[in-house]
Formats: sequence, structure tokens, C-alpha cells
Amino acid sequence: MRRLLAAFGLSLALLIPAYAADPADWNAVLAEAKGETVYFNAWGGSENINAYLEWAAGELKSRYDVTLVQVKLDDTANAVAKVVAEKAAGQAQGGSVDLIWINGENFAAMKAQGLLLGNNWAEKLPSRRFVDANEKPTILSDFTVPVEGQESPWGMAKLVFFHDSAKTKPEDMPKSAADLLAWAKEHPGRFTYPQPPDFSGSSFLKQVLVELAPDKAALAKPVDDASFTAVSAPLFAYLDQLNPLLWRGGRAFPQNYPAMKQLLADNEVDVIFAFNPSEASSAIASGELPGTVRSFTFTKGTLANTHFVGIPFNAKAEAGALVVADFLLSPEAQARKQDPKVWGDPTVLSLAKLDSADRARFERIDLGPATLKPDHLGPALDEPHPSWMERLETEWTKRYGAK
Amino acid sequence: MTPAALSRLGPPLLVILLGGPIGLGLLFTVLPAFGYLPALGGNVFSLEPFQRLLAEPGLWKSAGLSLWTGLAAALLSVALTTAFLAAWSGTRPFRAVERLLGPLLALPHAAAAFGLAFLIAPSGLFFRALSPGLTGSATPPDLLIVNDPLGLALIAGLVAKEVPFLLLVALAAMPQADGERRMLVSASLGYGRMAGFLFTVWPTLYRQMRLAVFAVVAFSSSVVDVAAILGPTTPPTLSLRLVRWSADPDLSLRFLASAGALLQLALSALAILVWIGFERIGRHGRENLAANGQRFPGDRAVRWLALVLQALTVFALLAGILALMLWSVAGLWPFPDFLPLTVSIQGWSNLLPRLAEPLGNAALIGVLSALFALLLALFCLIREDATGLAPRWRSPLLYLPLIVPQAAFLFGLQLMALWGGLVPSILSLTLVHLVFVAPYLFLALAPAWSAYDRRYEQVAASLGGSAWTVLWRIKLPMLSRAVLASLAIGFAVSVGLYLPTLLIGAGRITTITTEAVALASGGNRRVIGAYALAQMLLPALGFLLADLSARLIWRRP
Repeated sequence: MRRLLAAFGLSLALLIPAYAADPADWNAVLAEAKGETVYFNAWGGSENINAYLEWAAGELKSRYDVTLVQVKLDDTANAVAKVVAEKAAGQAQGGSVDLIWINGENFAAMKAQGLLLGNNWAEKLPSRRFVDANEKPTILSDFTVPVEGQESPWGMAKLVFFHDSAKTKPEDMPKSAADLLAWAKEHPGRFTYPQPPDFSGSSFLKQVLVELAPDKAALAKPVDDASFTAVSAPLFAYLDQLNPLLWRGGRAFPQNYPAMKQLLADNEVDVIFAFNPSEASSAIASGELPGTVRSFTFTKGTLANTHFVGIPFNAKAEAGALVVADFLLSPEAQARKQDPKVWGDPTVLSLAKLDSADRARFERIDLGPATLKPDHLGPALDEPHPSWMERLETEWTKRYGAK
Repeated sequence: MTPAALSRLGPPLLVILLGGPIGLGLLFTVLPAFGYLPALGGNVFSLEPFQRLLAEPGLWKSAGLSLWTGLAAALLSVALTTAFLAAWSGTRPFRAVERLLGPLLALPHAAAAFGLAFLIAPSGLFFRALSPGLTGSATPPDLLIVNDPLGLALIAGLVAKEVPFLLLVALAAMPQADGERRMLVSASLGYGRMAGFLFTVWPTLYRQMRLAVFAVVAFSSSVVDVAAILGPTTPPTLSLRLVRWSADPDLSLRFLASAGALLQLALSALAILVWIGFERIGRHGRENLAANGQRFPGDRAVRWLALVLQALTVFALLAGILALMLWSVAGLWPFPDFLPLTVSIQGWSNLLPRLAEPLGNAALIGVLSALFALLLALFCLIREDATGLAPRWRSPLLYLPLIVPQAAFLFGLQLMALWGGLVPSILSLTLVHLVFVAPYLFLALAPAWSAYDRRYEQVAASLGGSAWTVLWRIKLPMLSRAVLASLAIGFAVSVGLYLPTLLIGAGRITTITTEAVALASGGNRRVIGAYALAQMLLPALGFLLADLSARLIWRRP
């Protein structure tokens, strides 16, 4: 009887591979993952990140016999589009995307469409025990959307501003959004932001929105017409003043963060910003920015969020994807990622939960000349619900992007 | 079986392999444009996607931009090509440009656009050369040169790339226009060089080039990569917005994107209609000029202007390549230094270890699709020899993939591939590349084929050679130079294809071009420089090999 049941179970497992990989039984996951190839769809625009993933691929191959292939995207939404197309074609298994680097609106869209693996898998990963969601609440709520174990945290992000201390003085740098407008009036043409819907540009809009909004509670809820007009009014009054004072008079915008970084290197602007506190140190190390670039933040806080990896509902190498997600969360991989010479992406782990050997990996890292210490990063502001970002982008385009 | 019998397969194969993907792709674009895509909740046909499209802010400005930049780029390209041909064909400066055509054509559009941007931007090479000496400032001027709202930079980028293409087409069509003898006659009647060319050679020549010019009009009004690099951003051209909609995480935008793709199709069609209007005006003007009897013998100034402008486009492309080279080895390179402060091999050292696979894939797909396209072209041409004429639908069919905007059928094609359970493979990519490779290869080969003196075949046959022997031992060897050149062109087209590779390769199969564009989104100029150069490598190698083997075949014993 038992043999019959086992055979039945096996045939079921063959029919419905989604049930085969249960992260609670980690040894079974490791066994099944052996020999699998995991296609990790991740933005490929940064050589640092690509090189880091190549290192991870080497380790995964030798330790778990899992082959990690980075599918380099120029926009994460392309991977979402692929999963959508597969669902449209009725392909419920054997999909082409095994793992996807994701957060914010892409996560909200995939979750709403049921395109992600459920089962609370992310909270069952072995390395999850080093995570403390109380210390980093954005791990459970991705742009206010409950994560519910459908994606596993990979790195932290915080909005930080950079300037070249050889050209501008640290004490002259703005300390708030209002301050930035006053500064721009004195220095017309020396600031800009990437054109929304680019992710960094939209983040700048959200930063100003969160600072100026009269009703901050409305930002945690999905947007509606009435609240949008009232809550965003101060932001657009601000932009009406700021945009004509921007680089090129606000008639053209850099298309993304790297393009804006190049403007600082070319001395076309004085102030830029990024969502990674050690980005300036990494850029100095690679010779893209001069060694005199330094960081600053706003005194009352800047936006902070977490980025994740998710597994599509129809992933072909599901067990392999679980193994990769767990490896990316391990103290070893996380510490290496935080080193600005490698990538400089802050960890999602809680140092208090690590043993002394693992903690030492993090304490050894030289954060670089332009990176603020974690206690100098200032308060963290919560991201608004993703629906705000979409409304802001549409409204921005209507007002400034399609004149 | 004789070659003629086997070649019966040619025309039907051409229809299936070119028309099939386009037709099916368009079908799967039209359905969601009218609201039907069950997987995304679109179960009924509706006009809602079009209503959403019309509500998009700045839609008509984007559409107008596409139309304007497309027509302006095409008009300037055709005018410059005509002027240069009229003023200089058959002379030494012309042959110098002719020799550069291969490399200029091989230069991928994205690489050319980046090169131009690195050259003319306010912090680019040009202003670095002037600063601070002439501009008096160590800060780059706050001028809106690249991404200007009128799209002038985009037009310039397109012209620089389209003129070499049109020159190639014109050179191929030249034998039919009987240029030399007509020029002799008009010169003996006292006409100036340019007037003589325009009145006697151009009308015949243009008739041969017309579909190629339509392809330039359609391409310029729907281009994606060049517009992303050089074009306006507030708002961008329609093609760019379309690609962004189809990649938006808000999945309901797929319907909007499909509706937009149909608008793009209509827009490119409108551009061609307007162009036909231009043709009438042009013909009318030319006929009036010719009828009033003036001979325009003093065209020296115009001739030199044409040469200067032509030299400028060649110079811009070459200087752009130089800028790419400099950036690929630059360390820190602050404005206004003309050369990098430090040299760094970071761009290349990052690139080399991961170059093998994308280069290998691109080369394999390029070779396969070019060979396949050559076979197809030979089948069709041999069939045409047998029937004595080219079917009427041949030219329109060949130009179809070049005229229908890529975005209008590629997303549908991607859905199709999934439906058919087609796993991305070298073969499926080769088939998709074939849609674009076959037309270029065919167009490059056909003129030489039809110019071939068929009496050689009759002589060989009368000496007892079988049809196969005649083909293998006489005709193909005699046409080897043209065959090799067309292979090199087909190969270069395949290597440069971005959207088809991205969508059908599904990221599983990457080529040097998909890798280059993905990395370009990171905006690191060192990496862009290195990848753009690597992207040029394969087509350049292709032309070099074609040239060397032709020399080898034709060497004197």
C-alpha cells in the first residue's frame, strides 16, 4: 500500500512539479536542484552587479551543482512581460524565467496577476533566520504591499545625494526638498533628475511628495482621485518652480541614474542622488567619478526600501531557484555584496542575528571614502503605495513630459 | 533534377518564410489592439485600447515627431545621396566614399548613434576641443544639442546612417540607368554635370531605388534604438513610447501598446503617402526645369557643397568611432580635457571574459541566416531565369519586412512562438533573422545576377555542360564577388538585429547586440565604447573575409 502511495505521489510530482520543491524539506530541495539551470532575470546595466552574479554562479555550481545564468535585462518589466506572454500562451510550467530581481510596482503587478510562486516560500529559506523584519520593516512590506513570502529580500536601498567637494562646499548643500529649491534658484542649470517613469526620477518625485504632503496617511493607501489632487498639489507647485531651474531648463532630462552620474562627472550638474548609499564610493573606485565626491542626506529623512528576488509561478527550475535565493541571502553572499569594491549594496540581514564569524565579515568591509556610516544616513521615510508612483508618473508626463 | 526544377520551390518558400511571420505577427498584434487577449482578461472585442491610446498625454505630439523626423531624415538622405551622385559619380572622391561604404554600412545603428552623441553633446569631443580655449569656460555649455525637442540630433544620426545605404542601393541600380552614356550625351549638349544627371539618369535610377527609399521613410519614422539615444524625450517619438508601453509592468498597457503599434503602422503608411506627394512635387519641379531649356553649366559651388556635406557625414561617423575608442579605454575623463586623464582597461577587462558566447551566437546565427537567405535568393533568381521574368510581387514582398514597423509584428510573433511551444533556439532565431536578412541579401545580389551575360551559359550548355555544371562551374564562380558581398551584407544585418533577437531569443540566447544595448542602459561610457566596438567587429570581419576570398578567387595565376 505504502509503495502504491509512493508511486502515486511520484506520478503526481511528475505531473505537478510545483509541489516537488517544498523549502521546508531543504535536503529534498537541494537534491532536486542538482543539475538544474536557473535563468535569473536581472537588470544587466551594471558591470559590478554582473560580475557579482558571476561569482555567485561559480559558487553555486561548485557547492550545489546548480547552474546560474543571468539573463541581462535593460528593464525588469521585460521579464514580467515574458511571464505574462507565457501565461497568455497557457504555459503553466516549464517557463523561461526561474528567478527575477524585483520590487515595488513590478512586484505589485506580478502579485496582483498571480504570476509569482506562493507557499510563503521566502520565509522558509534556511538563511531567513538571519533576517529581522522588525529592524527592517520594508522586508515585509514592499512599497506598502504585503510581501506574504512571495519574494525573498536581497538588498536595502536608501536615497542619498552626492556632490563633488572640490567644486561645491558640503555646508552649502541643501538639507531638505524646500532647501533644494532655494539652492536651485541660486544655481540654475546645475541640478536635474532622471525623467519619470525612470525609477530614480520617480523616487525623487516621491521624496518631495512625502516631504510636502499635507496628509501623509493617505500615501500608505491605494491612491484615489480625490486624495491624489489634494495630496500631490504641493509637489506639483514645487515642480512648477523647480523644473525651469533645472539642467537644460527642464526641456530634456537624463534617462536614468547612470546618465545623471555621467553629468556629475562631466561637470554639467553639481548635485545627483542614488538609491544606494555606497554608489559614489563604487563609482570612485571604478574611475567614473572623481575621488572628491561625497554623500549627504536630508535631515528629516529620505526614502528607503528593500529589493527582492521572486520566482514566477511557472518557473522550470523551481528547486534551483530556491537554492539560488537562499544562497543570495546567506551571510557570505550578503557580506560580499556590501563591499563597495564588489557592488556596495547594503545587507538585508540583521547583524545581531549573526554569529561572530559572520559578523566579522561585515565589520571588515571598507565602506569607501564617499559612503556615510549607517548611523549618519538619517531617518528612513516609507515608500508610498505603488499606485501613487503610477499616478505621479502619469501626471508628471502630462504636465512636463509631453508639452 | 535540374536546378531549374528544384528552383520551383524558391518563390513559395520566399512567400512562406517572409510573409508568414509578418502576417501572423500582425494578426497577434491586431487582436489585443481590439481588446482580445484572454490571458490578460481581454475576452471581448472592444475599442477601449484605442480610447486609452487617444487619452495618452502628448500622443499627437509624439506621432507628429515620428512623422517629422522620419520624413525630414528621409528627405535629407535622398537629397544628399542624389546631389552627391549627380556631382561626383565616377570621380575619385566618389570612389573613396564607395570604398568606405562597406564599413559604414556595417556600423550598427546604436553604435553610430552613441558615437555621434559622444561627439556633439555639450560635454562631447567637439566642445572639449573648443574648451576652455575658445569657449572661455571649463564648464560645458548648458545647450540642448542631443535630445533636442525638434529631433534635429535624431535626424542627423539617421541621415548619417541612411546615406550609405541609399548610395549602396543606387550603385546597385546604376547599370540599369545606363548612366555613363546618358551623361556623355547630356554633356555634349552643354548641360552641367549635375543638371545632366538629374534630367537624364536620375528618373530611371530613382524608379529602381523607390522601394528602398520607402524603406528609409518607414524605418526613420519608426526607429527605436537611435531615437532612444539621440531623440527628444519630452515627449519621445511614438515608436519609443510604444516599446515602453509594451514593457510596462502595468500589464493592461499591453492592449494600449498593441493599439499604439497599429497607429505606428498607420503613421509609417502616412509617411510614405506624404513621400509620394514629395515625389510628385519633385518630378514636377524637375520637368519644369528641364523644359525651360536651361543647361546649368556653372554648378561648381553646388558640387563642392555636396562633397562637403557628404564628407561631413562620413567624418561624423568616423569621428564617432574614434570617440567610442577613446571612451573604451578611458579612466577618469573630466571636462574639458580632450584626452582621458587616466587610461583604464576596465571596459575591456570586464568585457573580454564574457564576450565569447554572445559573439559566437551572433556569428553562428549570422552565418546560418545569411547562407539560408543566399540559398533562398539563388532559388528565386534561378527560377526567374527559367521563367524569364521576376514575379510582380517579388519586390513588394522583399521590402515588406523593411517597411512594416518591427514593433507592429514582433510582439505578436513572440506570442506565436510561445503558442507553438517554440523553445528559443539558434534555429528559431535564424528563422526570424531570415525575415530581415533575406531582403537585404536579395537586393544586394539581384542587380549583379540580372546584369550577368547569359550567353556564357548558352556557350557552356552548347559545349555539353549539364545545367548543374553550368551553374557550379561557370555562373556562380563568375558571380562570386557579388555572392560574397551579398553574404557579408546579410551577415552584417543579422548581427545588428536587436528587437527580433531580444523578443524571440527570450534572453536565453544573447548576441553581442542584445548585450550591448542592455549594457548601454547602464550609461557607463567605457562599457558602451567597448561593446560598440565589439559589435562592429563581426560585420567588419565579414566584409574583410568577403573581400579577401573574392581576391583569392580572382587572383591572377
